[in-house]
Amino acid sequence: MSHDHEKTGAFEYLTTRKDELVGWARKFSLFPYPFVTACCAMEFMSVSSTMYDTDRFGAALPRFSPRQSDLLMVVGTVTHKQAPILKKVYEQMCEPKWVMAFGVCATSGGFYQNYAALQGIDKIIPVDVYIPGCPPRPESVIDGIMQLQEKIAGSSHPIISGKF
Amino acid sequence: MSSDLLERLRARLADEGRESAFAHGLLAVPLPREALLDTVKLLKQEFGFDLFLDVTAVDWPGRDPRFDVVCHFYSTRDHVRVRLKMGVPEADPVVDSLVPLYGSAAFMERECHDMYGIRFRGNEDLRPILLYEGFQGHPLRKDYPKDREQPLVRYRE
Repeated sequence: MSHDHEKTGAFEYLTTRKDELVGWARKFSLFPYPFVTACCAMEFMSVSSTMYDTDRFGAALPRFSPRQSDLLMVVGTVTHKQAPILKKVYEQMCEPKWVMAFGVCATSGGFYQNYAALQGIDKIIPVDVYIPGCPPRPESVIDGIMQLQEKIAGSSHPIISGKF
Repeated sequence: MSSDLLERLRARLADEGRESAFAHGLLAVPLPREALLDTVKLLKQEFGFDLFLDVTAVDWPGRDPRFDVVCHFYSTRDHVRVRLKMGVPEADPVVDSLVPLYGSAAFMERECHDMYGIRFRGNEDLRPILLYEGFQGHPLRKDYPKDREQPLVRYRE
């Protein structure tokens, strides 16, 4: 019995949804912009370097221009004086973009409620994932990244709608 | 803790009729605010207090005068400190600036002006340094509501 199509074992085709394919690709190529304002920075350094290694999730290479990044990591307390800067950085990022509130101060103001502290960055920009903790454990941050990855993988990606 | 330098300073101030006392290892000198510049000149030029550490204020609501303005000086040769403390009334919260004697006073006086609304005669640049333009009031005064915020960015709906 002869076959027109010879089986070679090579990876020749797979079936998937286009959204899933792009989501899978995107979730492992996060380019974080670290907007680092306070003591959570220490934990950010820890989680992004060898010990905990966010590179395993494709989220290791920080870009120091908002135009080259798609994940805004707000690490630390944001004051009212700094809020316009954060807003401007967010607006300069290209779509698609995601925002992570790293630690309780970015999430809700934390234990600060006074003339200076913004009560959570979601007052001024939309937030995709909140990481509690003061500062958060590296495990919490990794959990937050993985939840964000799930969200990215499960959402629709408008670059492949329409004619594609 | 006291030192020869502080003992001599204390005797010298006593000659001018000023009481002073040792507290927490430094010499604390209450002053009328009119005497500030002369006393600081004495500290700097005759006693070698070459480092101006800080100027801040204390709010005593209900007391007259309402504020204390507090300056600290340090001698890098003798490693001792001096504190000057002046009562300042709410109606006229002005003291003399120390910028002509210590350039570093400029920023610290701006901070004190931000937080307590004390004005410094002779410091021409009292723009906000930690606060921002348009901020109403002085947040470290005790009558500033502790949760009053003055956002610069409009909140999302």
